[in-house]
Amino acid sequence: MEAGMVTPAPALVRFSGIQKTYDGENLVVKNLDLEIRKGEFITLLGPSGSGKTTTLMMLAGFEVPTQGEIYLAERPIKNVPPHKRDIGMVFQNYALFPHLTIAENIAFPLSVRKTNKAEAQERVSAALRMIKMETLAQRRPGQLSGGQQQRVALARALVFNPQLVLMDEPLGALDKRLREQMQLEIKQLHETMGITVVYVTHDQSEALTMSDRIAVFNDGIVQQIDRPDALYEHPVNSFVAHFIGENNVLAGTVETIDKDYCRVALAGGGAVTARAVNVSGAGASTSLSVRPERIAIVPDGTSSDGPNRLPAKVQNTIYLGDHALAVLDVAGNGEFMVKLPPGTHDNLRHGSLGPGESVFVTFRPEDCLALDPV
Amino acid sequence: MSDNSSLRTPSQRIAWTATIVISTLVFIFLIAPILAIMPLSFSSGSYLTYPLPGLSLRWYDDFINSPRWMNSLKNSMIIGTASTALSMVLGTLAALGLAQWKSRFKPLVLAFVLSPVVVPGVITAVGLYFFFAPIGLTGSYLGLILAHTALATPFVVITVGATLQSFDTNLARAAASLGASPLEAFRRVILPLILPGLASGALFAFATSFDEVVIVLFMAGPEQRTLPREMFSGIRENISPTITAAAVILTTVSVILLATLEGLRRRNERLKGGSA
Repeated sequence: MEAGMVTPAPALVRFSGIQKTYDGENLVVKNLDLEIRKGEFITLLGPSGSGKTTTLMMLAGFEVPTQGEIYLAERPIKNVPPHKRDIGMVFQNYALFPHLTIAENIAFPLSVRKTNKAEAQERVSAALRMIKMETLAQRRPGQLSGGQQQRVALARALVFNPQLVLMDEPLGALDKRLREQMQLEIKQLHETMGITVVYVTHDQSEALTMSDRIAVFNDGIVQQIDRPDALYEHPVNSFVAHFIGENNVLAGTVETIDKDYCRVALAGGGAVTARAVNVSGAGASTSLSVRPERIAIVPDGTSSDGPNRLPAKVQNTIYLGDHALAVLDVAGNGEFMVKLPPGTHDNLRHGSLGPGESVFVTFRPEDCLALDPV
Repeated sequence: MSDNSSLRTPSQRIAWTATIVISTLVFIFLIAPILAIMPLSFSSGSYLTYPLPGLSLRWYDDFINSPRWMNSLKNSMIIGTASTALSMVLGTLAALGLAQWKSRFKPLVLAFVLSPVVVPGVITAVGLYFFFAPIGLTGSYLGLILAHTALATPFVVITVGATLQSFDTNLARAAASLGASPLEAFRRVILPLILPGLASGALFAFATSFDEVVIVLFMAGPEQRTLPREMFSGIRENISPTITAAAVILTTVSVILLATLEGLRRRNERLKGGSA
């Protein structure tokens, strides 16, 4: 590294031109180039069959890339068997050894490495302390709850200080409350221990909560890789916009483009100004994406200053405790959702948003993204 | 019987009664021939007839003190143990390989591996005889052990294969990710967990060899007469109740083996602490 810094730390993991096919015809992973930095918490997010798990399995060594090479700390590892990769892994079904006690499970990676007894014991107790399960050391996995088992699996994957920890939907089998608690615990472990984590999930809120960066997979391709807030605010295409967070879609055709903004005629009538993110030019069809919390509802007849003002018909309102949603019919989209901030709930009761009422929605051009057509 | 208390309607009660009656009949059908022979072994008379003239242990005494019977028991043990050990190695390796092999030829290969079970014993015996005779394996322990190994291996493949089917492959992967070489993962994780399957495989293999008579008839010299072979000639030549004593001893051995197996299985269940 140069004295002037700037050059970021070299990648701990580098996927270079990776392709994977199981049947010789369909590529499950298409030309993957991905760098993972040391100490980073990176999430591979995508629907099932998008290639995220295959990518993780190739990194772990349980699947072999059809093309390309994977580097771990600058060393090519395509031909290194899993047990020599020094990568810890946490599985969705915990994969604890049922015939061993909790302590023996955690000691397993140490004993295969022939760590001396005293040190191993020391590290196992430290690991048990870390997951606050000292008293359960002599139990067997079958006697523990799901959350406890996953903590043990975590401790077992961390106790030998691997270069990298992989997690394959580790919280998928837990109920919602426990899942949220474990998300925070894992995040905390990541921060205090400075480990590098590659995390696979199909749950976008989990990805947003935990990750430093998220790689959104679809159809064997990384659609976008970025920080959670950047993914949410600046999706590069319709898939990402749709997969991360709630999203309203309006179909239309680009009329004019002026630098970063374009004027779009909506298929359902009317026209709006939108940020031109992923449109080829005038005449191209596009999908507009607007987040529900970036939309305001104005009563019928009120004049508004913005260029984006569309008539809407209230379909329904949904009360969700901390906020409420209004479901509207806007330009042919009958499921156009608007998030009502706290305090405006009164409208629900006072009838100005009752089903069938006519209102207008407005949103700023910078909050409306013109993306590829879906 | 607690099931019974929950039965309310008459038709349910009739069904329950019918189940009991039919099950009992099937049970008797299966077990009666074995039970019929047991009292005969304690007969004081020299003929296999009921009613028993009196009770004695003379046929057990005869069995234990006859060099012929004891030699055949020894032969059965040697051949049974050796062919069990051999078929365990071959069958377990085959089952492990087949379990992780994804190919459309798999059913074909599996059928091939299991063929000794399907082919009539006489045909196998004749085939083995003509195959083994030129290379001097007839009339030898080695020949019999190899022949019984061929017969027993499919049973090991089946039982171990069935166990592996319920084995969570993620456990092997977890072991590998934690640094265990394939051999070490097998020894420390896979083996302990499939042990009940191995044990029942071994039991089947041993039983296959232990009561096999056709191949022994073809291939064994006088030196290698096994227990079933001795019983067979015993029935043909002189019907002595010693055979019934031998039968009771064989049955007892089998029951003990089965009980051991069940004990092993339960112990394993307990170790897992119920279902995970």
